[in-house]
Amino acid sequence: MAKTITSLTDIERIAVGSRPPGRPDDGGRRGGERPPSLPEGGYRLAMFFALASIGMLFLGFTSAYIVRQGLGGDWQPLDPPTILWANTLVLLASSATLHRSRLFLRHGAVREGLRGLSVTMALGLLFLAGQYGAWRQLAAQGIYLNTNPHSSFFYLLTAAHGVHILGGICGLGYITSRGWHRRLILMGTPDRLKHYNALVSAAALYWHFMDGLWVYLFILLFLWR
Amino acid sequence: MRQAVATHEAPKGFIRRYIFSTDHKVIGLQYLFLALAAVAIGIVLSLYMRLRLAWPTERWPLLAKLFPNAMAGGTISPEFYLSLVTMHGTIMVFFVLTTAPLGGFGNYFLPIQVGAHDMAFPVLNMLSFWVTLAGFLVLMAAFFVSGGAPISGWTAYAPLSAIGEIAGPGLGMGQNLWILSIALFCIASLLGALNFITTTLNLRTKGMAMTRLPLTVWAWFTTAVLALLAFPVLLAGGILLLLDRVAGTSFFVPGGLIVSDQILPHKGGSPLLWQHLFWFFGHPEVYIAILPGMGITSHVLSTFARKPIFGYRAMVTAIFAIGLLGFLVWGHHMFVSGMSPYSAIAFSLLTLSIGVPSAIKTFNWLATLYKARIRFTVPMLFALGFVSIFVTGGLSGIILGQTSLDILMHDTYFVVAHFHLIMGVAAIFGIFAGTYYWFPKMFGRMMNDTLGKLHFWLTFIGIYAIFIPMHILGIAGHPRRYAETVGFDFLTPLQPIHVFITIAALITAGAQLLFFFNFFWSIWKGQKAETNPWRATTLEWTVPSPPPHDNFGPQTPVVHHGPYEYSVPGAAEDYLLQTAPPAPAKS
Repeated sequence: MAKTITSLTDIERIAVGSRPPGRPDDGGRRGGERPPSLPEGGYRLAMFFALASIGMLFLGFTSAYIVRQGLGGDWQPLDPPTILWANTLVLLASSATLHRSRLFLRHGAVREGLRGLSVTMALGLLFLAGQYGAWRQLAAQGIYLNTNPHSSFFYLLTAAHGVHILGGICGLGYITSRGWHRRLILMGTPDRLKHYNALVSAAALYWHFMDGLWVYLFILLFLWR
Repeated sequence: MRQAVATHEAPKGFIRRYIFSTDHKVIGLQYLFLALAAVAIGIVLSLYMRLRLAWPTERWPLLAKLFPNAMAGGTISPEFYLSLVTMHGTIMVFFVLTTAPLGGFGNYFLPIQVGAHDMAFPVLNMLSFWVTLAGFLVLMAAFFVSGGAPISGWTAYAPLSAIGEIAGPGLGMGQNLWILSIALFCIASLLGALNFITTTLNLRTKGMAMTRLPLTVWAWFTTAVLALLAFPVLLAGGILLLLDRVAGTSFFVPGGLIVSDQILPHKGGSPLLWQHLFWFFGHPEVYIAILPGMGITSHVLSTFARKPIFGYRAMVTAIFAIGLLGFLVWGHHMFVSGMSPYSAIAFSLLTLSIGVPSAIKTFNWLATLYKARIRFTVPMLFALGFVSIFVTGGLSGIILGQTSLDILMHDTYFVVAHFHLIMGVAAIFGIFAGTYYWFPKMFGRMMNDTLGKLHFWLTFIGIYAIFIPMHILGIAGHPRRYAETVGFDFLTPLQPIHVFITIAALITAGAQLLFFFNFFWSIWKGQKAETNPWRATTLEWTVPSPPPHDNFGPQTPVVHHGPYEYSVPGAAEDYLLQTAPPAPAKS
């Protein structure tokens, strides 16, 4: 058993790239006797900065969008493909299920929480399929990436957002598969669960941000003229 | 049951230990060696350019061996000259000035200086290096594809960069590779920056309050924030540029453009949009290159002046102020782009206001030196050289920051002289200061002092001999980026200056061989270094040279002192380690 734990710890270190949290008898102190380890809030903090960075990427796109739109001329606003409304609902629903599973996990209901994470991923995949459907709808009307600047931005922004959603699904997939491992359910100590919840919490921050980002992009592309 | 990995052991096996290592020290060295390779290539490219400028009609069959296709016949064509300009700039800005001071020294010393065992996310850190290396290799590949390296400069202005091979050699696949390389670099920098920020905020050891951080850490931290916020905007611009090139969109290419008697199918884009996106990143990038140098300079000056740094809090505030203002001044690169004079005035005023925090730093450095018993070691010489070059380069910045003067000077050698001094050479001096200062810690041996001093003086004088005359060229109206200097009447009298600069450049580049020799010779043959050869105060000097895999072993340090407690009255030595026991309370 001890061997299993060691190797799992190694996987953890390789995959997440951090040392597991310090022993509970640290008493909250960092340094002094034991190497300082990343506190639980560290994941959220790093995610916050990562999102600031991703936000700047989309801010760059937004400024280009506004400037390009202002140049007028060849700008022909598209009508939103109808499927986008459904996609938006799916993505919003995925945020809701993720929030629910976080509440489960926080209260120690591991199985329900992990099930919720899986549902969230499934909804994320459904959203991506829906976005692809929107591309197909536009293509069927003969509107492609280089048709006019608005369609260029539509394809670009949905693709850039979709890539980030895909990254989020991979991240959630990793976390969920780690959670399904028997040890979290059968012998998850409060300490281990707390560490796990810190990871989930960072992932949730990402996912909600992507959700909000999509709503923002939707408004930018179609509602804000 | 509980995972007993509090001390993490050194991985076994060469590959995990030295190649795909997650140890911040190994990664730091990997970055440093990458920068060393990159700077050698960058210098060689610049010498090719200098030879072309000084002796435009000369044939160089020997030099042509390196670029058999591009230099067919032994001459540097104007197109190839522009490729050299592009690649020199890109290599130096990204893979030397960003890679060495931040990726190299930052990775190696930030965790040690805050008392951590490693970065917060070691695997991300490893990925960051390998993605950077991939970016470098992709960039180098541009030399070997059909058409060669791009000719659009490190700024890749559209529409030249956006319309493909029709606009010139290297603008086909070469330009695509350039964009891909920069995109990879952006992603790598984000991974690195996340680590720097999280480690600084979360992994400081006991007693290491933010106000006890060495100024190097503050500089790396601020730089990481700048990188985190600036690189994504370049990435956005790069993606748009790539789409214009390969997918037929029209973000940057205006309509009705006729190139080589062909009307291009693009319509309605704005080349200025690229400039805005590029410089919104590009100006903070200048500070990404120079801020770590400022941190190292503060650190080294205090150490060898044997005095506390003057105005620690003011220094920290100034670093932040420079970082913040750096995001608000990108328009000063675009004064001649036809921007509204009102926005030009705003950009101009904001630009000049950067003089305030810069002056705070400069005067604090001078005040640190005032009445000090200075030890003129090699790192100290380079730190002093940094201050000198920072002032020289900064003063021409005040000239260029004013719209009316910039319109005159724009795209002349005055600009080349300005940014090489302030961004290139000053940052390089910071890197040299850091290398000579931390070499004993990194490799456990001292660098040769005599060779180091010779290297400093040759470089210091050589740099001024190269760049002061360039100001004169600029004032005389010599345009930059011209390979051809013989066909213009007004340039003919300036030709001797080009010859002088080239000779100075050859000598200065030759002096760098001293550095390379000293560096590699000292790794194996240098005099053994003790734990604290400079009698300095910060945490890296409490661990063996070189530090063991987990830096501090099972016991992490407890910090009781600020980072620059030199010549403290009443202390036994003229320095107090940050870990020294606290002074007994006065009775």
